[in-house]
This record gives sequence, structure tokens and C-alpha cells, in this order.
Amino acid sequence: MHSGWLSVFAFLVVSSLIGFGLLAASRVIRVRSKSDSPLKHRTYECGEEPAGLAWMQFHARYYVVAIFFVLFDVEAVFLFPWAVVLRELGSAAFVAAVLFVVVLMLGWLYALRKEALQWQ
Amino acid sequence: MNPATQSALIHGAVYGTIVCLAVLTSIAMGIWFERKFAGRMQSRIGPTYTGPVGLLQPVADVVKLLQKEDIIPRDADHALFNLAPPLAAIFSLAAAAVVPFSAKVISADLDVGVVYILGVGGLMVVPTFMAGWSSNNKFALLGGMRAIAQSVSYGVPLVLATMVPVVLAGSLSVSGIVDWQATHHWFAVWPILPGLPAFLLFYLAMLAESNRIPFDIPEAESELVAGITTEYTGAKFTLFYMAEYVHTMVGSAVAAALFFGGWDGPFAPGLHWMVLKTLLIFVSVYWVRWSLVRFRSDQLMDLCWKRLTPLGLGLVFLAAAFVQYWPGGAR
Amino acid sequence: MNQVITVTATRQSAVRGSVDPHLSIRHYDPDADLMLLHFGPQHPSTHGVFRMDLHLDGEIIVKATPYVGYLHRAVEKLCEKLSFVQQTPIVDKNDYVAPMTNEQALNMAFEKLLGVEVPRRARWMRTLFAELQRIASHLLALGTFCIDLGGALGGGSTAFIHTFRERELILDLFEEVTGARFHYNTHTIGGQRHDLPAGFAAKVNAALDIIEARIPEYEAMSLGNAIFQARTKGVGVLDGQLALELGITGPILRACGIDHDLRRDAPYSAYDELVPKVIVRQGGDTYARMRVRFDETAESIALCRKAIDGMPEGPINGYKPIRQPTMAKSAGGQVYVGIETPRGELGTFVIGGGDTPTSPYRLKIRPPSLHALSAIPYIMPGATVSDAVAILGSLDPIMGEVDR
Repeated sequence: MHSGWLSVFAFLVVSSLIGFGLLAASRVIRVRSKSDSPLKHRTYECGEEPAGLAWMQFHARYYVVAIFFVLFDVEAVFLFPWAVVLRELGSAAFVAAVLFVVVLMLGWLYALRKEALQWQ
Repeated sequence: MNPATQSALIHGAVYGTIVCLAVLTSIAMGIWFERKFAGRMQSRIGPTYTGPVGLLQPVADVVKLLQKEDIIPRDADHALFNLAPPLAAIFSLAAAAVVPFSAKVISADLDVGVVYILGVGGLMVVPTFMAGWSSNNKFALLGGMRAIAQSVSYGVPLVLATMVPVVLAGSLSVSGIVDWQATHHWFAVWPILPGLPAFLLFYLAMLAESNRIPFDIPEAESELVAGITTEYTGAKFTLFYMAEYVHTMVGSAVAAALFFGGWDGPFAPGLHWMVLKTLLIFVSVYWVRWSLVRFRSDQLMDLCWKRLTPLGLGLVFLAAAFVQYWPGGAR
Repeated sequence: MNQVITVTATRQSAVRGSVDPHLSIRHYDPDADLMLLHFGPQHPSTHGVFRMDLHLDGEIIVKATPYVGYLHRAVEKLCEKLSFVQQTPIVDKNDYVAPMTNEQALNMAFEKLLGVEVPRRARWMRTLFAELQRIASHLLALGTFCIDLGGALGGGSTAFIHTFRERELILDLFEEVTGARFHYNTHTIGGQRHDLPAGFAAKVNAALDIIEARIPEYEAMSLGNAIFQARTKGVGVLDGQLALELGITGPILRACGIDHDLRRDAPYSAYDELVPKVIVRQGGDTYARMRVRFDETAESIALCRKAIDGMPEGPINGYKPIRQPTMAKSAGGQVYVGIETPRGELGTFVIGGGDTPTSPYRLKIRPPSLHALSAIPYIMPGATVSDAVAILGSLDPIMGEVDR
């Protein structure tokens, strides 16, 4: 059904018009300061001189969790088609999916026991 | 361009315009209502000055914000910094495309509407992190990193909660799910066991996705000043602010469609029922917001991964078992 | 940089062995690994203009360095130039959440220096005012703490506005007596300046009834809430011994399990007759600190009732009436007076004499908040940025008295 996606495309064009239109409207009516100061364009850091740039290595403590997120999301993608055709396929599909998820839950339990779901 | 393509595009554009404007108008009124509501909760009266009973307050706010000077920090990445706010607005509105506001009013009746909603909802983290990174501000960076932490937390429970109505109705199309409920039962009512907990799970994940207290961790104004929006002024800030409310509103509409039968209801036209249900859920979000304090990022992760994920899987299988084995469940 | 704050010689080694606030930073190369974040002075939840330099490893704080002085107003120097009776309104602004206790501390020091006796009624009035002020201050501390946890646009502000409303009742009572809502200027050398108006007891009891009835509501809104507890329990644990070394007093010390309250241990004003029940809790975490404040509110309400019901008759001032600023003259000498304010021991050290006998030669105020802030380098490392605001809020610093 292509027409649905074409409508979505049209919808996205309309919503972009709203998003960018607001910016354009603001360009027309916003004030422009006559005086300019370098301090105004300084990054905000609580009124103090910023201590270096913010573009630095950042220790994200949840990277293992992020990997798990990818894993479980892929699993969910597998489950969606199953969910739709469950009626037609009957008990066999149900049992198969239960087994699939039980294996995944064992992995989840392992991760839980290994404390991989904590912040590192 | 063949006539079918043309009519699809025109359909999308016309209904898109109507839906977008309706959503924007209703969030303007929603903001007014929230402020009055919060005022009552806090023994004050809320806005009164602008227009009758302060009704024009959101309009005045938007006009004021649009007039503000546009300041871009010298050290920021200008292209990303400017692109993030409109993207946030677009992605937050996008999910409304497949929500049926009545049996007829639907911009695009996708047969994989549920997956589309989850997809564009998940995309919201992109402009959020773009804003956090490009501002070159440490508070914004912390906010951006927290936004990612949040999205990897609520994502799985959200998908699992959404899967419950999909399993029960056997359809990935939002209008298909609503049709099923209109001919059978609302899923929040029957089967109550996977239905109602699944709605609550969806509700929690929706709060997290639209950055609402108790999960407004990326913004956390008492910790990170204004989080990702620290460096934004004027129209760009307005777009982020708007996107947040739009996200909540569209999320409420999706919740109403998936769990409360969407436009289904007696006595009144379907559109009225859909709007009423959406607004009730929308208001409840603000009731929660003005009552609770917020979680910490790692606590949200714990909650989502250690409690909600197994709960969500359990609910999906209850739903599947209901369809398979309950007499009449698969009708 | 790696020096521990100098503490009493005998206990120094013990403290240094257990806690080194800057230990963990040695594992890092500051330029490459850590993010230096200036937290304050212009920040929504630093309770005024206070600055912490946080060294962050991701979200976790590795090192925290507090900086004070942004609100320095030279109050002590100013007091050296003003005569004794002129200073009361100046110190009102020190602890701007509890002005009454500032006045009380200052005037008690002057009375001791000048050898003035305070009549019994004035002492009871001081006790009443101090306890009312304690209720107002603790409620406000709870409200602002909720804002730190829940944001100015959320449940935190709901709790805040409700506690602020109760503070209003108490300010109304003070206004009834003194005519002012903030700069009371009602304590003076030898007693009180304003007597209680007619029917004041009924008004106090009415206000206390309202507050007492609403206390369960606040508990449900804040301390009883599951998210509130998750955010506060086990966060920012302060060791009792360390708290003693740092000179921390008041609710923070009592939350560490150390039973110390000047109202009971060194009674002043009417506390010899109205002995308060001292609230002590174990744990020393953020939750315990807020819990102590909350329970003290209830205790203060009981104390206020006793004070207003048993208010003795008699004169309210034991010194000559004020005719001119220079009427009080000191011959010299040094005194120290410490009282228990809502935040801990507020000490006033005065040296009399000097060139002008009508003003102190030197006046030093020991603010409890300053000592509370000195715990920051010890309890912040290991917490997240979110915890940092919770910990800071639970220390309840008032920058007016920290910087003076």
C-alpha cells in the first residue's frame, strides 16, 4: 500500500513547513540588538569563564545496557510479525515464540546476575 | 503523476494540515489548562491577566518568544545547532500522521502504523542529542548523554507495551486496532489482565519518551540549568518547548487509540470521543508532573530494565495466551 | 591541594586515614579524562551565589571544590563601626531565612559583654520567637529541597509553595509583634523592644494548629514519597566523627547519630525551663538530614505551645531604654555566645573596648552553614550530578550567613 506512505510524506512536508515556518516568522519579527559583545556569545557555565570546551570524551556508563537495548529491540522486531499472524499459525507459533523469549530471558538473567545492567 | 499518487499526496497534505493545526491549537489550550491546573494544585490561581481568565497566555508566550533575539554561542556547531529544533518539532508531530482521530480523519492509514509510531518516537533522541552536543555547553552535553541513557531504557518496555494490543487485535495498523476495539472491547477494559497493566506500562514509557516528570532527566532544570536547551533562545527554544508538548499530546492520542478504543464511544461522534480521551490522558500527565519529583538517570535504567522489561514480556505472553486459549479470544 | 582541612591535632590522623576527599583524582589526568564543570554561582539550585568546581568522570563526581565569598558584604567590619544598639538590623540579613535567631545571638553576646540581665518574660519571648522561626526555616528547607529534587516546574514546586504558605503564617505572627516581616529589629540589649500584642496567644495557637494539621500532608508530599526516598536514602553519607571534626552542628550533626543540641546541652533564654526533645537519627545520609528537620518541626510546635501558654508576666527589658545610639558602652573583655539556630550553632564572638567604647573592637560571627559546606569535598565524590543538588540542598546552606 504505497498511498499510505505517500500521505505520510505529505504529512512530513506539512510538519516541516510548520517547524521551519516558525523559524522564518521569528526571523521577521525578532529584535536585533544594536550592541554586540563577545560575552553574549560565550557559552553559559553558571556565570564563570567556561573551563574548556564541552567536546570531549565522555564516560557513558551505560554502554553495556545500550548493547542490550539493541539486542532486545531486534527481538521485538522479530516478535511483531509473529504477533500479527499468531491467529493463523496457532499453538505451534505460540510455543515457538515462548521458547525464543525464554532463551532471551535466560540471557537477561545472566546479564542481571553479572550486574551488566548497572551503571559501570 | 498518476491520479492515485496525486490523491494520496493531497489527502496527506490536507489532513496533515488539519491535524497539525489542531494539535498545535490544543497544546496552546493545554498549556493554559496546565498552568491553571498547576495553580490550583499549589493554592494559587494561575494566569489571569492575558485575555479572559488568562486564555491568551500561551499566545502571548509564543509571540514573546518569537520576538527574542537569536543568540548562537560562538563555540557551537552552527549547522547542527540550527537544525536540531525544527527536527524536534517535525519528529514529534510525525507520529500523529497514523493516528485515527475518527473513523474517517486519519492522515495516512499505514498498515504498519504501530511500527511507524515507535520509529518516529525513537527518532526524537536524535535532535535532542544534536542539541546537546552542538551547543558545546557542558550542561547540554550532560543532558544529551542522559537523553540517550533514557532512550535505551524506556525503548524496550515501550515496544513490549505496544505489542499487547497488536497481539490482541492481530493487526499492526492503528486504525485496525481501533476497529477491533470498536467491534469488541477496549483493551484497557477487556482482557483486563494484559490490557490495563500494558496501558500503565505504555503510559510510563510515554512519560519517559516525552521527557515528563518523573522522567524529565535530560532537562532537569534544578541540576542541569535547562539541560539540552540551555543555549537556545527565542524561536529555537520555542520549537523545543512545543515539541515536548506535542510529543505528550500525540503520545496521549496513541495511548487512547491503542488501549481505550480511540474514536469508539456511544452517543457522540467519534471525533469527540477521541479528543476527550486524548485530553484526559494529557491532563493526567500534568497531574503526575505537578505531584512527583524526578528519578535519577541510573534509577530509571534500573526500573526499566529490571522491572518493566520482564513485566512487558510477561504481558505480551499473557496476551498471546489469551488469543490462543481463551474461549472467544481470537474472534 | 591534597591537604586535608586542618583539624584538631589529636584527631587529625584518624580523619585523614578514613577520608581523603581528593584521593580519587590522582588516578586521572585532569586535562584528558575529567570534565571540569563550574557549578554555580549562577545556578538554579546552589541556594544563592555559591560555586562548586566539579571534576566529573561521566556523570560521577570525582572531586568537588566549594568556593564561597560571592555574597560578602563585610558585615563584621560594618559592626565594628556601628554602635551596639545599631547592629541588630544589620545581622538580620545574615541568615535570611531565620532573621530572628541572628538578632538573638548578637544581642545575647552584647548582654554578656555588658553584663546585662534579661527579664524572664523577655527570655520566654525569645524562646517562642526562636522556635517559631525554626518551624518556618525547616519548612522552607524542606520545600527548597523538594525543588532541588523535582524541579521548579514540577512536583517539587508544589511542595515548596505549600511549605512557603505555612512560613507566611509565621511571618504574619512576627509582623503582628514587630510590624516587620523580615527586618524585625525586635531583640535589643537586655530584652525585647516590642511586647506581645493582646490576643497573641490565640493567634499563635491557631497558626500552630493549622501547621500541625498539615504536617502529614507534607510528609506524604515529600519524605513519604517513594521517589523521594529513592533519591535521598544512602546519598551523601556523612560520618559522625568527620562531622565533628569539621565543626558541623545542628540537624546535620544530629542526623549522623550524634546527640548534640545547644538548647539542651548549654541552655540559654528559657530552654532551662522548656527542655526540648532532641531528635537524633542514624545514617547521616540526605534522607536522615531532611527527616531530622521534619521531626524537629513537630517538636518545635510542641515547644511553642508550651512557651505561649506558660508566658510569664513582667517587664520585657532589663536595660535602660534606648535614647541614643551611644548609650551602651563596654569597658572591654571578650565573650563568645553560641545558640542553636535552625542550621546549627550560630556563634558570636565579641571583643569590647578599643578606641570607641560604644562599639565592639572586633566582632566575629561563626555561621553554621559555612561549616556545613566544608563537608562538600568529603561527601560529594562518588555521587552523580543529580545527587550533588540533593546533597547541597540537604546541607541547607544560607549564603547570606556563609559569606556575611
